[in-house]
This record gives sequence, structure tokens and C-alpha cells, in this order.
Amino acid sequence: MGGLPKKKFERGSATNYITRNRARKKLMLSLPDFRRLCILKGIYPHEPKHKKKVNKGSTAPRTFYLLKDIRFLLHEPIVSKFREYKIFVRKLKRAYGKTEWSDVERLKDNKPTYKLDHIVKERYPTFIDALRDIDDALCMCFLFSTFARTGKCHVQTIQLCRRLTVEWMNYVVASRALRKVFLSIKGIYYQAEVMGQLITWLVPYQFSHDHPTDVDYRVMATFTELYTTLLGFVNFRLYHSLNLVYPPKLDSKAESELKEEHEDDYAMNSESYLEKLSALSSSLARVVSTDEEEEAKLDEFPAEGEDMEQMEAIEKEQKQLETQKKLFEGLKFFLNREVPRESLAFTIRCFGGRVSWDKSVCIGSTYDMTDETITHQIVDRPNVDKQYINRDYIQPQWVYDCVNAKILLPVEDYFLGVTLPPHLSPFVEEKEGDYVPPEKLKIMALQRGEKPAQEQWHDDDEDEEDEEDEDEEEEEDNDDDEEEAEEENLKQMEEQRSQGKSLQVKVTPGKVKADNPARLKEEEMAEEKRLAIMMMKKKEKYLYDKIMFGKKRKIREANKLAAKRKAHDDAEKGKKKKARK
Amino acid sequence: MEGNRENVQIIEKRPGMKKKEKTDKKRSLEDEQEDQLIDFNKKPVNKDEDDEDLSDSEDSIYSGLEDSGSDSEEDEEEGSDDDGGDVDDNAEDQSLEAEVKKIEEEEEESEEKEVKREDEYQHDSSDEEDIRNTVGNIPMEWYKDFPHIGYDLDGKKIYKPIRNKDELDEFLDKMENPDYWRTVHDKMTASDIVLSDEQVDLVNRLQRGQFGDVNFNEYEPTVEFFSKDVMIHPVTNRPAHKRSFIPSLTEKEKVSKLVHAIKMGWIKPRRVEDDSKGRYYDLWASEDSSISAKHKMHLPAPKIPLPGHEESYNPPPEYLFTEEEQSLWDQQDPIDRKLTFIPKKFDSLRQVPAFSRFIHERFERCLDLYLCPRQRKMRVNVNAEDLIPKLPKPKDLQPFPTTQSLVYRGHSGLVRSISVSPSGQWLASGSDDGSVRLWEVCTSRCMKTIQVGGSVKSIAWNPNSSVCLLAVAVNSEVLILSPALADRQVVSSSERLLAAPQEEGPSEESDTAVWSEAEGEELNQGIRLKIQHPKPVHQVTWHAKGNYLASVMPDHSSHLQVFVHQVSRRRSQNPFRKSKGLVQCVSFHPIRPYFFVATQRSVRIYNLVKQEMTKKLQANSKWISSIAIHSGGDHVICGSYDCRLSWFDLDLSTKPYKMLRHHKKAVRSVAYHKGYPLFASASDDGSVIVCHGTVYNDLLQNPLIVPVKVLRGHAITHNLGVLDVTFHPTQPWVFSSGADATIRLFT
Repeated sequence: MGGLPKKKFERGSATNYITRNRARKKLMLSLPDFRRLCILKGIYPHEPKHKKKVNKGSTAPRTFYLLKDIRFLLHEPIVSKFREYKIFVRKLKRAYGKTEWSDVERLKDNKPTYKLDHIVKERYPTFIDALRDIDDALCMCFLFSTFARTGKCHVQTIQLCRRLTVEWMNYVVASRALRKVFLSIKGIYYQAEVMGQLITWLVPYQFSHDHPTDVDYRVMATFTELYTTLLGFVNFRLYHSLNLVYPPKLDSKAESELKEEHEDDYAMNSESYLEKLSALSSSLARVVSTDEEEEAKLDEFPAEGEDMEQMEAIEKEQKQLETQKKLFEGLKFFLNREVPRESLAFTIRCFGGRVSWDKSVCIGSTYDMTDETITHQIVDRPNVDKQYINRDYIQPQWVYDCVNAKILLPVEDYFLGVTLPPHLSPFVEEKEGDYVPPEKLKIMALQRGEKPAQEQWHDDDEDEEDEEDEDEEEEEDNDDDEEEAEEENLKQMEEQRSQGKSLQVKVTPGKVKADNPARLKEEEMAEEKRLAIMMMKKKEKYLYDKIMFGKKRKIREANKLAAKRKAHDDAEKGKKKKARK
Repeated sequence: MEGNRENVQIIEKRPGMKKKEKTDKKRSLEDEQEDQLIDFNKKPVNKDEDDEDLSDSEDSIYSGLEDSGSDSEEDEEEGSDDDGGDVDDNAEDQSLEAEVKKIEEEEEESEEKEVKREDEYQHDSSDEEDIRNTVGNIPMEWYKDFPHIGYDLDGKKIYKPIRNKDELDEFLDKMENPDYWRTVHDKMTASDIVLSDEQVDLVNRLQRGQFGDVNFNEYEPTVEFFSKDVMIHPVTNRPAHKRSFIPSLTEKEKVSKLVHAIKMGWIKPRRVEDDSKGRYYDLWASEDSSISAKHKMHLPAPKIPLPGHEESYNPPPEYLFTEEEQSLWDQQDPIDRKLTFIPKKFDSLRQVPAFSRFIHERFERCLDLYLCPRQRKMRVNVNAEDLIPKLPKPKDLQPFPTTQSLVYRGHSGLVRSISVSPSGQWLASGSDDGSVRLWEVCTSRCMKTIQVGGSVKSIAWNPNSSVCLLAVAVNSEVLILSPALADRQVVSSSERLLAAPQEEGPSEESDTAVWSEAEGEELNQGIRLKIQHPKPVHQVTWHAKGNYLASVMPDHSSHLQVFVHQVSRRRSQNPFRKSKGLVQCVSFHPIRPYFFVATQRSVRIYNLVKQEMTKKLQANSKWISSIAIHSGGDHVICGSYDCRLSWFDLDLSTKPYKMLRHHKKAVRSVAYHKGYPLFASASDDGSVIVCHGTVYNDLLQNPLIVPVKVLRGHAITHNLGVLDVTFHPTQPWVFSSGADATIRLFT
């Protein structure tokens, strides 16, 4: 009547997931091959909602993949390539073992290879999808391109990475897509806006790497394999979107300029072109030569009310962006040899500046240090022997700070040997109640167009600002501690009253207590809230407590930072005073 | 295959060497053999295509080694490769070979022959000589009887000379012909050949045992095989083994296998170099939707969080670690750290070193991407204010007690129990200092103090307003007091109630209560009756009518825990036969004949008329401390030592309708107001919480419970806060007694 009894774990979520070992067996792949396949195809484990159900009642820690994903892998042509490769290795080993060198040679010639084009297309059906995921690819390629050509991975990979990253940088320069730059202790973060997508990548400082031993380079190499393919296609598309020639070629005009008698000193012939490209000092050749880019202007639509405001806001933003893009236009920079050339050249060129360096530093310098029209010379040493009068000698941070502030900052703070103002992260967007460092406030004021006060008053101003800040924060504190304070007040009042009653049976002339009606009302409200909180359900209460805890912690942290700053400033002031005396 | 290649190399070397050695006549035969071999070795190269023929050629070659005819053929082939001079040499060699034999014969015979075509030797090749007679290398005796000696190339007979020389002719020749001594008879052609001077010279030299070549220098300086120098080649110049020149069977097999494999497509020819790998094209040229988007379970990997100010190479000073933070960071587990790095400040960009964990971090990101199980976590994005339930404002629910208005001081020990007279004018309190005090509510004046000689556990005012009686639990006694704080009429009526004669109990057992009248001093204080219990009494409570009195003696093991006393008849009875657990407190139903007994975990409701249990309420708490019954009789609240207060709706369920966890510490006492929809709970945390609890007559509507006020005032002493709480019978006032020896009135 009832039919067969239902068996456990034969329906529902238990059938949707598969453990890693079972998946491997199903695909008939070794673990390294499975790993590679997962990396290339972008398959990752899933955490089931009910782990015990999926794990057939056991609570052993296991990784689960979606069965659908694994089925999807079954049809992958690359799997057969992996098997072919396995057989190839086996044959090669055998040939080596038997010292059959002709066989070895023949086998090596027929080494199975595979292409990842279809995987890229499959993983990123549209170009925008690919752009969205390009962050990691860029980081990885930039890292690999800095590797020494020894051991850790194939030389071809390193060269390819270098090529692709140079292409990318050239594109960013050509499209002026760079938005933010941040010098961190890890490396240099760049953020560019490409086709509406914000793309952030991290470039390590130019040092040789101390290769760690606990890192599996095979995994990294597999990722790089995919990323180079992806980045190549993305570059191709981006270049074509700008009507640039791909693979990139230097402008014929620029090329002839760059042809110098001693260009052989820098690199081999085969590499010098890439080197010239990577110098970033000249523009790229276009398929259709256009003198000026036509600015795409927003069409004016008749709009009303809110739309109008929105439109205005958008227009304003657009304008700001345009000005930012031309930030360094008309400025001529010269890089001293001790500054990071590539980063600075890239940044300056992205914002329309002209840049050059000493001939012996790198290929592709366009003018000499003696050029009279140079406006800024970027120097990172305490002093310079021979200074030209008509140019500013500044430290490299000025360039980056200007980019982040979207305005040309006063150069006085960045002169040679001057203690630099702190370099702030452009990625932090302060919300209400967050701590804002005073330097940021200063920059914001400059952005609004407010002129900073005279130098002498400068410090005081800053202090005042600080104090204001702190006051604000304290007020916020008060808001939060209000409840407790009220309670304490009440308690005190009650205690006073009760004690007053119990001490003596004596009537003392009462004093008119000025009660603040607003305050009373607030108290009442607070008590109401407290009572309502008491009636919350357990679950909601838990959530509420968590939220409140988070809020409190945030405030606490902000307060801590503010206090630290204040202590620091006080100490500085004390020092100054001592120095004056 | 490899053997082949070597041989080819050898062949390439040979021609040069050959010229030298040709001069040596003694070795000439050997040479030819060698050449022969070389030629054979050459063959497989030429005949690579058809292996089948190999065996045939082998045979023919071996048979031909002795055969001068075939020999010469081979030579011819080779000769054609070489230059012209070489050809001549070869021809000479050939003819000489045959002739040397003959010379030896002829000299013995000393016959003279005609010299013919001397110049032939100059330009004729052995070829032409040979084709004169095609019979081959056979004993010429076989043609003795024939007129011819063989056949020429055209197949025509070669006739012997017409006139055969006889002995005489021979002799004459010998005598007359000066060249006779150098004339040799050629049997093949049956002709005489006159040797030239050079040839004679050669023969002479050979006979003398000298080298055939005049120019050959016998005494050339020796080349030392064994020297002190280390040679790259082996010393022994042993000629290669014969086997190495024979095509090996295994190789043949291998080759055939390879051929087969190629035919079958097992071995692939060298692949054409595919350079399309590094070539990029517009992959997204046709952005079709045929490749469907990822399935809905797909979770894109989160991006790496962007860096904050603290990661800067030159951060604001407040982001740098202080020493405490630094030490904390050092002590923490790498997983627990908030920042994975220590913020550092550098004065200028050139001082920034490489980040040592850069590759690590990239690698960890890789691991996260392919190894980390992903799960969709729904982040609750609610405004905290929205979570707070919308309750009616306490202001709208007035009246309720809000402020502390009176404090009753006088006790020296903690006040365990208080009770208000039904008129609401008097307040009775029992304390651990062994006294019962009677207070006037409005003035907080202590009207009377009665020493009862023991700590008072419980005190209860008779709810009947026509009598004025007080029940007090002291040790194992329950005292009935008549405080005489009312009209004379009421006092007298209460005296009358107490004066009723005692009914004789059925037996004088040890576990029954003993009634006795107070005497002397106690009587003056107002104590009228004493009910002696077998065990310490913890609680007394009156029935609403005022005639019955229940007392509780908690004892885990015994069934004798509750007594119900009838005051008018001075009778006591134990209603339960069996112990159902430790009884905490009891209470009478205000209207109907029900009796509530609270044990540790549950509340049992007994029907006193039917003498059976009607309901058992599960309190969901560990240890009930007190119960209170709503004046309607359908609702019960239970306080428990684990901070909870549970509200039961008797019509609804035996489970609590609502659990309130307002207190931070054990709830000691709960109370309902008789008239107003209020209830209060007192706790060890020193607070009394007054809640509004409206009960609707409509059964479908659940009671509305709203906390309206938290009343604080009692000081916490010895970890005890408020011990008892009770409402004023008519006013919205609440009394509380605490461990700080005070009683407080909140209005």
C-alpha cells in the first residue's frame, strides 16, 4: 500500500553534492590534474546548508562540489588532453629509460598542448564579465612579470606576462583610465575605470623576490596560464575598442624619435621593442589616425524634477572626470634615477603629463635634464647639487597625492628634504561616524576650493579642526552613553530621595528643581525604548545586540584613533615648544 | 638504422683512402674485397624501399666474391663514381692479376708469342678485354676438341687460330723471335701477348719479393701505436666485425614495425609547429547568449578588500601601532589578527623595502579561489530600530507605580515577607530579626512590633475583610495573630472565629498539626493560636473566604508537605498521599475550589471538591520560586530562580503563553494586582519590574503584556535584592521588601 520505504540520502540535497574524492574518481583524474581542471574551469567547492544531510549523516569534515559542476566537467575536451599528456609523460619516461634518444626527440616534438580559448569564452560569456574578473589576472601577471628568469616557472610565461602587462599599461595610458593610485607597504595599488568597471591591481615594488618554500608554484602557474590567456584576449578587445593596433606598435613619429644611435646598449634586438613599449613614453599607433579624440557628449534630454537633479549630478561628475583626466596636461616632468620610473611614468602619462628621464636609466627618454621647459623634477634624495630655478623639485608622493585628490596640490609640502604629509588611501570612503584623519579633511577643503590659511596660522587651524572633530565625536559618544547616564541619574535621584526621607523626620524648605522638559522627554523616550527591548523575541534580541555591538565597536575604534591622534599632536606640540625655548 | 648511418659515413671516407692503397698490388685483392663490402653496405641505403630483396643480393654478393667477373662489375660501378684516372688503374689491376699467373707458366715453357695491340693496354678498360670471351672462368681444356674457344658478346663463336703452333714452330719462334721471352699465351683468347718492359719489370720485382710499385717506400717512419699520449680512438685497429655489416634482423623487424605503425597512424609524423597559442583574436566578437550564464548556484568570488590608510607607506600617525598593540599583535594567532601586517612609516619612497609576504598573499588568494568552499551568507541588512517591537506607550497604560514614595524602616534583618490588609490601610511584615511589624501604609509608621522568637518565613493577611487576622510562619509553627487594628466589630468577629472549639482529631499522630492557644505574654501581643507542624513551615496562604489556611513544609522525601487548616473548626488535614516533588508554594483559586501546588518544575492544579488533579502546568524553568494567580482565576504567573517569569493562560495550554526574561537574577516573588491589569516581579538584582497585563474576556484574544516600569531602590545585600512584592488591594501601588531591611512603597 505504502510503496517502497523511502531510503535516506537518496533525494534532496544529498544528491546535489559530491565529495572531492568521488568527483575525482568520476572524472578519472589524478589529484593534480583535478586541481588544474578546477582552476582552469573555475570550479570551486560549495558549503552545503545542511552539512550532515549531505554528508550522509556523518560529521566528518569533507569538501563538497556541486554534482552539476562535476557533470559539467565531464564533457570538457581538456580532460582528454590531460590524459594524453599523462600518456606522453609515460612514453617519454620509458624512452629515457631505454635511452632511445630518437624516440625521445620524436615524442618531444609531438608533446600534446592545449588551448584555453574556449574556456575563457565559456567562463566569461561577455566581455564585461571578463573585465569584472580581471583584477586577479592583473595582479598575478604583474607579479610573474617581476620574477627572475630562473627556475620558478617557464621563461616564456614570464616574458608573456611582461608583454601583456606592458600592453595593459599602454592601454590605460592611451585611454586615460587610471583613477587612483596608492603607495602601500605591499606594493602600488592602481585603480582604473575601464568600460565602467573599476579594476584594481597591485604591483610589487621592483625588487628581486625571496621565493618562499611553502608556496606551490604549480598552482600559481596554472592560474597564470589561464590569466595570460584571458588578459591577452581582453587586451586585444580593448585595443580594438580604441582603434589601436594590436599587438601594440609605437607611433611612427615616436618611433623615429626614439631611434637613437646607442639603443643597442639596452637590450637585444628582439627585446628592444618591448622595452620601448614598456618605457611608456610615447603614444601608440592607431588603425585610424585621428588627431583629437571626439569627446562623447551626453545628449541633452528634457528632464524634470528628480531626473533633472540626477542629470545635473551626472554632468557634474563627468566634468570633474574630464578635468581629472587632464590633470598633468602641460606639465613636463623629469625623473631622477632613484625614483620608481615605471610607476611614475605610467601615472604621469595617464594624466596627460610629459615625462622623461636620464638616458642611461632606461630606453625611451625624450628630453634631457637640461631642458629649460621642465616644470617639475621628481627627486627622492635629501638634496640636489645643481638646481634649476624655473622648476620645482618635488618628492614622488606629490604625483600620487595629486592623482588621488584630483587637483594639483601645493608643492610646498613636498619639497626636497621636507617631512612629507601622510599618504592616505584613496579607497577609503568615510561614512558617518567613521574616523576621518585631519589630512583628509584638509584635502577635502582644498577640493572644495577653500584656500588654506597662511602658513603661520596653519597649525592652529589644524588644531581647531581637530578639536571640532573630537567634540563631534564626543557628542556621538554622549548619544550612545545617554541611556546609561540617564539610568545613573535616575538612580542617584531615587537614592537621594529615599535617603532624604529616612534620615530625619524633618521638613526642610524644598528647592524648586528646574527640570528640563526636553531632557525629561528624552529620558522618557529612552526608557520606553529600553522597556520595548525587554519585550523582544530572543532571536531578534540576539540580532539587535549584535548590531548594536558592531556599532559600538566602530565608535570605539574611531574614538581610539582620535585619541591616539590627539596624543600624538600634543606630543608634537610639546616638542615644538621646547625647541622654541 | 644506426648501423646504416655509420656505414654511410664510412663510405664517404673511403674514396680518399682508396687511391693510396691501389698502388699496393699485394693488397689489391683485399682492397677489392673491401670495396666490395663497402658497396654492399651501400646497397641497403639505396634499396631502403624494398627490404625483401636484401636476401637475394646477399647471396649474389657472396658468390661473387670469388668471381672475378662480377667483381669487376662491381668495380665498374664504383669506378664510374670515381674520376677517370681511377678507372684506368682498376683496369690495369684486373688484367695484371690474370697475367701474373700466366707469366709464371709461360716462363717455364719459355714459349714466345706474338705481341698484339700493345697500345690497347693504354686506353682499354678491363671491360673490353673481358667481353672478348664470355665463357667465364672455366678450364679451357673443355674447349680442346672444339674449333672455337668461346663466344663473344654477340654470341658468335671465337675461333681458334687456324694454324696451331706445333713443337717446331715453337722452337723456331724461340730461336728467331727476340721477344719470345716476354710473350705470354692467353688461353682464353688463344692468343699470344707480348709483355711490355714495365710489365716485365713488375714481374721481376715480384719474383724478387719486392713491392710491385716502384715508388713505394718500404722504409717509411713508423707510426707508434703505443705512445704516452692518450688517444681518443682505441688502440686496436681491429676491423669491424662482419656482423656489423650485415643488416640485423632485429633492426629489420623494428623498421617493419615502424612502417606498420606509421601506416596505421600510431606514430604521428612530426607535428607542424602550431603558433596559434600565443595569438589573440576578438574572442567576444559574437556575444551570443547560446552559452548560457552560469547556473544559479554560481557564486562569484569576492574581490580582495581594498586597502585602508594603515597600509600606506606613510600613514597618519594614529594608524601606527603603539607598543601595546604591537605586543598584542605579536601574541595573537595569525588567524585572529585584524591586520595581516604591521603598519610602518617610511620617510620617503626610496626607503620602502619589498613586502616579504607578497607571493604568500597572492598564493593564498589562489588557494581561496579554487579551494575555499563558498557559501551564500545572507547579510541581515536591517535597521536596528526596526527590530524593536512596537508596543503601546507606557503612558497610555497608566496608572501604574512609577516612583518610590515611602520607605518603611525599622527591621534589622532582611524582610522575608510582607502582606497588606484587605482594607489597604495596614501592612504587615515579617523579618529574619524575629519580629513581625505592622505599619500604617500612608504614614509609614510602625504601629506594632510583635516578637515571635524566630525568623519569619511567611506572613499572610486574612483576605476576608470581616475579620482581621494574620497568619505568620515561624520555624515549625504557624501563628494566628489578631492585630486588633480595625473596628471593634471586626475584631470581635475575628475573636469569635478563633474561639471555636477544637474538634478532636482521629488520632494523635506525630505527623499531624497540633493546635494550641497562646498564653501569657504572647496573648498580650495578639497571638491567638499556634499550629505546631512536624517540620519547618515555609509558606502560609489564606483561602479567599478566610476560613481555610494552607501551609507548606518543603521536604523532598515525604508526602507530608502541605497542610490545609480550617480555622473555624481548628482542624488540619494533609490532602496528598504521595509526594510529587519538592513543593515550593501553594495557592488557592480566588473563586473556584481549586488548589495550586507549585513543585520545582511544574504547577499542579487540584480540584478540591472532586479531589483530583485537573491540570499540570509545565513551567519550562528549572526551579519555581513563587506563583501568583490572577483575580479572574484563568491566568497564573510563575517566577523562577533562573530569572524567568512565565505567564500561563489556563484556557490556552499547559505550556507558558509567554516567558519573560527581564531580570538578571533569580526572581524571588511575583504578584498580581487585584483590580488593575498589573503584575510585578521582584528579583535578586534589586529591581521590581511592573508589567501591564491586560486579560480579555474574549477567549480568542491573547493577553497583552507590556513592561511599564522598572523600579529600583533596594540595595543588594548578601547577594539578595528584593525578597517579596505585593500590590495594594485597591490603589496601583506596589510594596516591596528587600534584604536591606527596608520595605518600600512605589506609587
